Amino acid sequence: MIRPDAPVLLEIRDLQARVEDQPILKGVSLTIRAGEIHAVMGRNGSGKSTLSKVLAGHPAYTVTGGSVHYRGEDLLALEPEQRARLGLFLGFQYPVEIPGVSNLEFLRVATNARRSGKGEEELDTFAFEDLVKERLQVVQMDPAFLERSVNEGFSGGEKKRNEILQMALLDPLVAVLDETDSGLDIDALRIVAGGVNHLAGPDNATLLITHYQRLLDVITPDYVHVMAAGRILRTGGKELALELEERGYDWVDAELAATERAPAEVV
Amino acid sequence: MVAASLSTPPVAAARSGWTTALLAAAPGATGADALAATRRRAAEALQAIPLPSRRDEAWRFTDVSALTALSPSLLEASAAEMPAAADGSLRLVLDGQGDPLEGLALPEGIEPISGEALEELLGQVLTATGSDQLWPVLLNGAIASRVLALRVSGTIAPTLELVSETGTAAGVLPLRLLLVLEPEASVEVLQVHRSAGANLTSVVLEARLGEGATLRHGLLAPGHDAGCLLATLAVEQATGSTFRSVSAHGGWALGRLEPRLVQREGAALSGLKALQLADGRQISDTHSQMVFAGPDGRLEQLHKAVADGQGRSVFNGAVQVPRAAQRTDAAQLSRNLLLSDRARIDTKPELEIVADDVRCAHGATVSRLQLDELFYLQSRGIAADQAARLLLRGFCEEVLQELPAAARPWQPLASLLGEGRP
Repeated sequence: MIRPDAPVLLEIRDLQARVEDQPILKGVSLTIRAGEIHAVMGRNGSGKSTLSKVLAGHPAYTVTGGSVHYRGEDLLALEPEQRARLGLFLGFQYPVEIPGVSNLEFLRVATNARRSGKGEEELDTFAFEDLVKERLQVVQMDPAFLERSVNEGFSGGEKKRNEILQMALLDPLVAVLDETDSGLDIDALRIVAGGVNHLAGPDNATLLITHYQRLLDVITPDYVHVMAAGRILRTGGKELALELEERGYDWVDAELAATERAPAEVV
Repeated sequence: MVAASLSTPPVAAARSGWTTALLAAAPGATGADALAATRRRAAEALQAIPLPSRRDEAWRFTDVSALTALSPSLLEASAAEMPAAADGSLRLVLDGQGDPLEGLALPEGIEPISGEALEELLGQVLTATGSDQLWPVLLNGAIASRVLALRVSGTIAPTLELVSETGTAAGVLPLRLLLVLEPEASVEVLQVHRSAGANLTSVVLEARLGEGATLRHGLLAPGHDAGCLLATLAVEQATGSTFRSVSAHGGWALGRLEPRLVQREGAALSGLKALQLADGRQISDTHSQMVFAGPDGRLEQLHKAVADGQGRSVFNGAVQVPRAAQRTDAAQLSRNLLLSDRARIDTKPELEIVADDVRCAHGATVSRLQLDELFYLQSRGIAADQAARLLLRGFCEEVLQELPAAARPWQPLASLLGEGRP
């Protein structure tokens, strides 16, 4: 839902970042307002996943230029856990398995961390169990998964459902979902997308990072951005995704080559 | 050269002085108890050999100076506070002096072994597992004057909980245990050894499993910075038997566990799951030995260790598969967590395989906390230090969850991490 007067939640300006000595992001700019759903598409290696990790504060990535403001605050100055407590959520492309740590305990500690960030009281074990049972329905997940270790031995689909369950519990203002559709069959995709749609509202925003149109068949984006070589090459409405589906990414290469040949024109 | 040879004897004398002093404090060979003959033999053997030193392969990484810093005397029994036993647990308190069975009704299927039967059985499994000449076993043999010896037949419902608590008292507590499982017998046994001061708990358990018998074994030993633990676990298995042990020790100046298993005719199942922790200047050591003396045997072994501070962890996992042990299936994994730059981990599988038709897998990993795991937790609002603690707990819980339920009142994780203790 696009409302020009909605508050800006995330303001990315000319963001540049590298991993080790390799520059990946070369000037990304993006403004996200409350109520909006954005999709970032692009080939492997275009910098999509890097963008999500930089936003969440992964220590392997170094920001070399530009700025990110989250509700007016300098996001890059915050530790990853502070960002999460303030309502930034990253849904992982490859959720991490943590043997020996119970999923239920993990979800409770995380939920209470976020609640303290919102100035709410922490939930005790019983109150939390009530909450988690209710939120399980968002992703149609078997309560048995709560008793297991975090993501350990979960199938690809179960891991992604566990991500959306975390999103449902943490109640983020900006959710960045990194290739949440990868490795999902049609049924799992529908459930996961249903969860995302259910959680999207006028006060929060979603940034979907995806490779394929099929996720956008079930979650309708307000904006589609095409990334290439560490930049956003073009921005459009949902029809841009359809165009990509139809024409493939070859035209992106052509456009990229043109911009790189003539940098003076771009500036 | 000359100077070196001149300086050696006084050092050796000083070291064995500790043993001599301890032997002088022990009841000696004069008693009329069942262990008198054992004491005499062990004392002789003990005096003939020096203290373990880094020159011995089996003690290369394990310095015993924390041990010889202890008072060479027998520990006086001290009343210590213990948590209430879990439901379904039959607790026997071992203080090296009183009779742990006094005033207790043993469940049907368990009876004490005494007299000639005891004399015949005592030490058999130590010999069968090649443990009778180990220094910790000789030390125990030379000073112990009591043995808890039990014969088990049928299926025993309650968990036998064998508990020692040395508290803050000084000296050495020798504990000698013997379990004989008749064919098809089944029982769960939990050893708990705690310390809160500068003392040594020396424990030797012999277990003999008849055909088709099952022994589920647990050992939980949270120690003290100045305390030492020397625990030997000698197990002889007949065909079709199952031995599964879950152990956890840590917090000792020197804690050493030696499980030594033999499958007499193969075709048995042995499981060893262990966790050991070393922080500060502590040493945590496990030397395990598995011998397959016949075909079709199985071993599942997981050894986990955590070293922090300037702590030191040692693991040596010997597996012997002689020609007779065809179709042996053995898997050993050593997983280690190194939490500080000054901590040290030594881990070594030691497989001797002669038989040609076997599956023997082994592996060892040493790592720090995984950055990706830390980041995942942080990205959910969990602060870095809390995330690190969660990961450490997770690493430990994988083993601790498998301890017998009777271990729960002892709060395994908290006690091993030294939480909630003054």
